[in-house]
Amino acid sequence: MGLRNLIHCVLALTLGFVGLAMLYLELGAQFVGFTQILVYVGAVAILSVFAIMMTRSAGPNAEPALSASWISGLVVAGATFAVLAWAIISSNITTAASDQPEVSVKAIGNALMHNYAVPLEIMGLLLTAALIGAVIVAMPQEKAQ
Amino acid sequence: MSAQTVDQVFVLTKAWLMGHVPAAFQPIASAVLSVVPVLLVFPLLFAITTVLERKGLGRMQNRYGPNRVGPYGFLQPMADGIKSLTKEDIIPRSADAVVHFLAPLLLVLASFLAYAVLPIGRNMVITDLNSGVLFFFAIGSMIELAVFMAGWSSRSKYSLLGAMRAVAQMISYEIPLVLSAIVVIMAAGTLSTVAIVNMQAVYTHWLPHWFVFTPWGFCGFILFMIAATAESNRSPFDLPEGESEIIAGYYIEYSGFKFALFFLGEYLGMFATSGLAITLFLGGWSSPFSFLTWIPSYIWFFGKLLAFIAAFIWVRGTFPRLRMDQLMGLAWKFMLPMTLLNVFDVGIWHLMPHGILRWIVCTAFLILPAYLLSRTLNRKQKLQVRTYRYAD
Repeated sequence: MGLRNLIHCVLALTLGFVGLAMLYLELGAQFVGFTQILVYVGAVAILSVFAIMMTRSAGPNAEPALSASWISGLVVAGATFAVLAWAIISSNITTAASDQPEVSVKAIGNALMHNYAVPLEIMGLLLTAALIGAVIVAMPQEKAQ
Repeated sequence: MSAQTVDQVFVLTKAWLMGHVPAAFQPIASAVLSVVPVLLVFPLLFAITTVLERKGLGRMQNRYGPNRVGPYGFLQPMADGIKSLTKEDIIPRSADAVVHFLAPLLLVLASFLAYAVLPIGRNMVITDLNSGVLFFFAIGSMIELAVFMAGWSSRSKYSLLGAMRAVAQMISYEIPLVLSAIVVIMAAGTLSTVAIVNMQAVYTHWLPHWFVFTPWGFCGFILFMIAATAESNRSPFDLPEGESEIIAGYYIEYSGFKFALFFLGEYLGMFATSGLAITLFLGGWSSPFSFLTWIPSYIWFFGKLLAFIAAFIWVRGTFPRLRMDQLMGLAWKFMLPMTLLNVFDVGIWHLMPHGILRWIVCTAFLILPAYLLSRTLNRKQKLQVRTYRYAD
C-alpha cells in the first residue's frame, strides 16, 4: 500500500471495483457487472469514506507508507502468484471455449424466484436482521446514561 | 417526404454516412455518429435551460431576469460561457489537487454516460442494453462519489458539510427512486428501455398504453419525480447548496470552467432522470394520441422533456426549502413505505381480472395509506439535540 491518505486508498479501491465490473462486462455478464457498480461504487465505497471521515482524521498521517514487514509481504505475494501461475500453466485448458451461454436478466430472475427462492428469502431475512441490529447498536441507550 | 421519412431522418442520415466509411472503421464511426449528436444537443439544451430558468424565476419574483445580451437576453449563456472560460482557475493551497481536478470530470462523465440508454426517438438510442434501466441507476450512483470527491478534496468545512448533506440526501432518495421505477419493470417484464417504450406505444381507440394512466403508474410517477428532484439537488431539496447556511455547498472552492462543469453535470443529471421518467411512465417518444403519430418521435420526446424542465423551474420558484429532518422524514417515513406498497399494488393489478373493480381496488390500496402516512408525517414532533455515540 503506497498511498498514505486513507481516502486516496478508498478511491483506488473504488477504481478496482470498477475494473472488476468491466471484467464482468467483458465476459458478457451485464447484470452482474452493473450490479457490481451499483452496489460497490454506489454504496460500499461511499460507506467506507463516511466511516473513515467520521471515525478518524482524514488528513495524512505521519506513519511511513510502507509497513516494517514489507519484505515478508512481498515474499508471500510472490509465492502466491507463483503457485497460481504454476497451477494455471500446468493445467491443460481446452482453448476451444464452449458457446457463450446467453444469460438474460430474465433468466437470472427466474432462477432466483424458482430454484433459489428459499436461499434468497433467507438472505433477505438475515440482512434485515443485520439492519435492525445495526440500528439497535447505534440507538442511544437512555437507561445506561 | 412522407411522415415516415421525417421521423427517421436522423437514422437514415447516419445509415447514409455509414455507407461512405470503409468497413474497418465501421464500429468506431457508428459510435462517433451516435455519441456526437448527444454531446451537442444536451449541452445546448443546458444553455437554453439556464436562460429560461433565470427568466422564468425572474418573472415569478416580479423582476426581469437577464435581458441585455442578444434579443430578449437569449444570448446570455454565451456571455456566461466566455466568462467562465476566461476566469482564473483557482485551486486552494491546502486542497488535494488531483482529486480536486478529477471530481468535476467524473461528474460530467457519469452524467453523459446515462444518455447511452435513453431512447430519444424511434430507433434513436445509442445502445439498447439488455439491462438498460440497471445501467442507468449504476451510472447514477457514480455521481455521489464525484460529489464526495469535490467536497472532501477542497479541504473547506463548508464544502465538506455540503458534500455530506448531498451524499446523505442522494443515498436516501436513491432507494425510493429505484423502487418507484421497479413497478414499470415488473409490469413490462424487461429492463431494456427500448422494449419498455415499444410496449407503451400501442393504442386502444385513440388513447396510448402509457404506464402513467394506471393507479400504480401514476403513484410511481409522482414518487419518481419527487425522488428525481431530490437526486438532482434541486429546489425544494437544494439543502446541499443552501446559500444562506453553507454558502454554496460542495463546489464552493471551484472557480472558472470547473464551476461551470458542476452546473453542466447537475443539469445533465436532471435531464437524464427526466428522460428516464418519460421513458418509463410517459411512453418515451410515443405521441399521446393515435391521430398525432405523424409528428416525428424525437419532437415528442423533446417536447415532453421541455415540459418537465418548465415544471422543475415552476417548482423551484414556488416551494420553500425543506429542513434536514423534514427531508429525511419524507424519504424514510413516506416515500419508502409508499414505493413498497406500490410494488404490491402492481402485483394485485397483474393478478386481478380486467375491469372496473381492478381500478377501484388498486386506487383505494394506494390512496388510503397515502392519507394515513401523510397524517403521521404532519404530527407534531419534539426535536432534541442529537447526540452521536460513535461519530464524534
